[in-house]
Amino acid sequence: MWFKNILLGISILFSALGCSGQKVDSKPTITIWHWMTDRDATFQDLAKKYETLTGVKVNFELYAPSDAYSQKIRAAAQGINLPDVFGILGEKRDFASFIKAGHILDLTSYMEANNNGWKNSFFPKALAVNEFAAGNSYGINPGTYGVPVDIMTIQMVYNKKLFTQLGLNPSRPPKTLQEFLDIGPKIQAAGMQGLVSGWGEVWMIDCLANDYAFNIMGKDKVMATIRGQVPYTDPDWVKVFSIFKQMQDSGVLAKGLVTMINKSAEQLFANEKAVFAFNGSWCVNVYKGMNPNLEYGAILPPQASDKYPMSIWGGAGSSFMVNARSKNKEEAIKFLVWLTGQDQQAYLSRATNNLPANKNCLAKIPEVLAQFARGMEYATHPNVWGVSEFSLVIEAFDRGIQSIIIGEKTPEQVADEVQKVKERELNKRRAK
Amino acid sequence: MTHKSMKLKDTLENYTFVLPAVTIFSIFYIIPFIWVFQLGLFDWDGISFSKTFVGLANFKEIFLQDKNWWQSMWNAGYITLIALTFQNILAFMLAWACDREMRMKNFYRVIFFIPPVLSEVVVGMAWRFIINDIDGANVINRTLTQMGFPHLVHNWLSDPNTALTTVAIVHCWKGFGWGFLIFLAGLQTIPRELYEAARVDGASAWQSFKKVTIPLMIPVMVLVAILTVLGTMQVFVLIVSLVGGEFAGHTSVPVLRILASMRGSSRFGYACAQGITFGLVLIIISFIQYRFSKKGQ
Amino acid sequence: MMNSFYYKGKKIVVNTLIHLFLISVAITCLYPLLWMIVSSLKTQDMIFKDISLIPHQFRLENYVLAWKEGGFGGNFFNSIIYTVSVVFGIVIISSMAAYAFSRLRFAGSKFLFIMFMAAMMIPIPGSFVALYVLLNKLHLRNTPIGYILCMINVGLSTSIFLLKTFFDKMPKELEDAARIDGCSKIGIWWHVALPLAKPVLAVVIVFNALAVWNEYILALIIFDNRKFMPLQVALQSFQGEFVTNYPLLMAGLTITALPIILVYLFMQKYIIKGVTQGAVVG
Repeated sequence: MWFKNILLGISILFSALGCSGQKVDSKPTITIWHWMTDRDATFQDLAKKYETLTGVKVNFELYAPSDAYSQKIRAAAQGINLPDVFGILGEKRDFASFIKAGHILDLTSYMEANNNGWKNSFFPKALAVNEFAAGNSYGINPGTYGVPVDIMTIQMVYNKKLFTQLGLNPSRPPKTLQEFLDIGPKIQAAGMQGLVSGWGEVWMIDCLANDYAFNIMGKDKVMATIRGQVPYTDPDWVKVFSIFKQMQDSGVLAKGLVTMINKSAEQLFANEKAVFAFNGSWCVNVYKGMNPNLEYGAILPPQASDKYPMSIWGGAGSSFMVNARSKNKEEAIKFLVWLTGQDQQAYLSRATNNLPANKNCLAKIPEVLAQFARGMEYATHPNVWGVSEFSLVIEAFDRGIQSIIIGEKTPEQVADEVQKVKERELNKRRAK
Repeated sequence: MTHKSMKLKDTLENYTFVLPAVTIFSIFYIIPFIWVFQLGLFDWDGISFSKTFVGLANFKEIFLQDKNWWQSMWNAGYITLIALTFQNILAFMLAWACDREMRMKNFYRVIFFIPPVLSEVVVGMAWRFIINDIDGANVINRTLTQMGFPHLVHNWLSDPNTALTTVAIVHCWKGFGWGFLIFLAGLQTIPRELYEAARVDGASAWQSFKKVTIPLMIPVMVLVAILTVLGTMQVFVLIVSLVGGEFAGHTSVPVLRILASMRGSSRFGYACAQGITFGLVLIIISFIQYRFSKKGQ
Repeated sequence: MMNSFYYKGKKIVVNTLIHLFLISVAITCLYPLLWMIVSSLKTQDMIFKDISLIPHQFRLENYVLAWKEGGFGGNFFNSIIYTVSVVFGIVIISSMAAYAFSRLRFAGSKFLFIMFMAAMMIPIPGSFVALYVLLNKLHLRNTPIGYILCMINVGLSTSIFLLKTFFDKMPKELEDAARIDGCSKIGIWWHVALPLAKPVLAVVIVFNALAVWNEYILALIIFDNRKFMPLQVALQSFQGEFVTNYPLLMAGLTITALPIILVYLFMQKYIIKGVTQGAVVG
């Protein structure tokens, strides 16, 4: 069959191309898979620097977008083809599964070597995301399993120029929920848009709701809820749900917020069409690209109660894990130690406007970025709680809040529905 | 050569025609399919090397408990219904218009195929721009106001009553080019002599359309209808780029649900069971369509 | 006299209405294309500020940048190889099968056809992982040939369905004549059936070319080496997780859309021409 001949020809052509240029090196090559498009160029630079320093070649391979990357990692894990170093996208539960399947090296001994030298160079909260505490519910040996490369926090930003136009003091952003809600009518009267965020992709709703849950009932009660000891129908949780109704009613939320995509929220805020945005620290880089003259500040979400401190999501933005099956483990760890060193972290941070994971190089970063970094003090993240909520409950929770915003359901109804899903899942787990 | 060996050679010859297709299909479709089908009976997170056999529990959950899944099926069914009617009628009319002797038909033929070529990213951005109030040109609401219907002005994508329909219309716009192309190819295979004969018999344009075009086009219409059902039931990228996701269930569709089980909750086995349920429903729908058209012929 | 004038007038009115309708549909189709091209000529900070469709900036260097930064050169070549070989494979394999399903009688033909149709319906959600493991076992992972075979499989069912519908519609007389002239079955398929099916073959080619050209997830999963990656993978790097470089993305999208539009321009002639030729033969 002649078409088969052609296919054969093509395959020969490719294998010929594939075979060229492979040399046997005495020094190993470290392969790293990642998904961070905005950091790829800087990683490549750093890899070159490392090669000139040590002679060890480091191969950063970019696989974007992150959805496809995470599928690739899972497929490669099934085929036991993971590279020397890689990152995992997903929840703590997935991280634990990778460790259980023997894909990830326990880095505790390296972190603790030389009087905890490596460990102490990081923000403790950045490291916490990669740690499993003693007695964790995932059944993982306590220890550190990943290296944070950068950190992020998710906070609120406000536009200073629009604040002045609204007759507000740009150096006095709202501190309490009431102050925030009071701005709503003013925004409406001025024909502006209030808060924008990627609430169409629901996870940011989840994030803000959790911030308020911590603020209203405190961490212990939130954890008790996840463990199933406090129902979502508890008045405190109804209060959390009601905040979204209050915001919607006050007019402080932008039009069409529930189906907004974060990238369009960023356009709106960068082009001064929205007064507030709820966004992660990566936005500094985004806004800079779209509108270098934007005057804005970062704040914590205005607090709803003074019983407990306000809390925000934050921690390691991205982390690298070392393949436990890799032949180049030691070399890979050496490289990661170098990569998270002060100078390299400062370079990475300057070049990409991401917050460094190394706490010793915060000195020279832009003011807005520093505001985000200060938020680290209030940061928490589901990945450090040691327990996870059922994903079906999280789904019902986020959908419910969307329904509240569009006025389809009341906070009480949503609390009821979420609790029903929770009970169903709890029963399922008990049955196992 | 004996009669028998002739016949054997004939049969072998027939099978060689389907052999390459069947070989590739068996390796690259059937094997993964069996794997997925098996997984539907397991509880698996997609990472571990161990799986737990749960029998038909996943299917039981889909059929008895998973209201969100069936809501997503209804949503996809609704979009499909709009695509079957609106999109295909539009495609057929445009193809029919371009099949006639008329000016600029080459221009139209090229232009109508632009939407299928464009990436979903561009389509999502461009349409959000057309539709949306604040981050867009707000073309639709402005037109409505100018035409004297200011009470109809609202957020088309974030109102639960209109979100799904708006998404469906953008989907139709993106997909009509395919129907157009296949209809055009079908119309072109109708011999011109038949139209000539009809005209000689004194038939009007409408009559020859009814008597010649429609009957000859029925198989092509079935083809387009089935392809539309398949293409539309599996829509999801466009939805993500228009409204970000499932919008409290109002724009959720089966593929988004499957992805949610697979990635969001790491329930790979359940996702496989959902995929199989979804496929069975599609097969039933297509089978009914096929039967229905056979009767019509 | 009056009558013919009336008819002429009516015809003009009808034609104008048809054109108005066609033009309004055409405008909606052109708008996103224009928007994409105009955006590709702007800078990142102007792209959402200046929303008019008349470009005030002409940053043609965006195209050069997109080409260079995306590493388009090699990937572009890969994409062409993949698209050509997959489309070629699909056209040959699926038209043979469709011809057999439509014309030849053999045991199990109905079963096989239904099997292909069913395959079209059932999406395999985990198929990427399954394909990965399968290719790994066949030692075809991280090879272009493995990718090409997978992609041929993806387009097979739909193409068979399309082609069979059209083969069923085609008159059998020509084939009978060829058979009497002593043509073999393969000969009839190649010399008679395929030329007659040119319009639908053009549809199959465009359909599959677009599918292969736009595919990136499977490629990303099975290739561990950048030199095998198709163009779309390079394009994804402009749509960052957080930062999207819109002008470069739009420039890249324009570059990638061009070849497919060219394929369509070339093929759509056959959708028309095929018939006239067929009619001449008939």
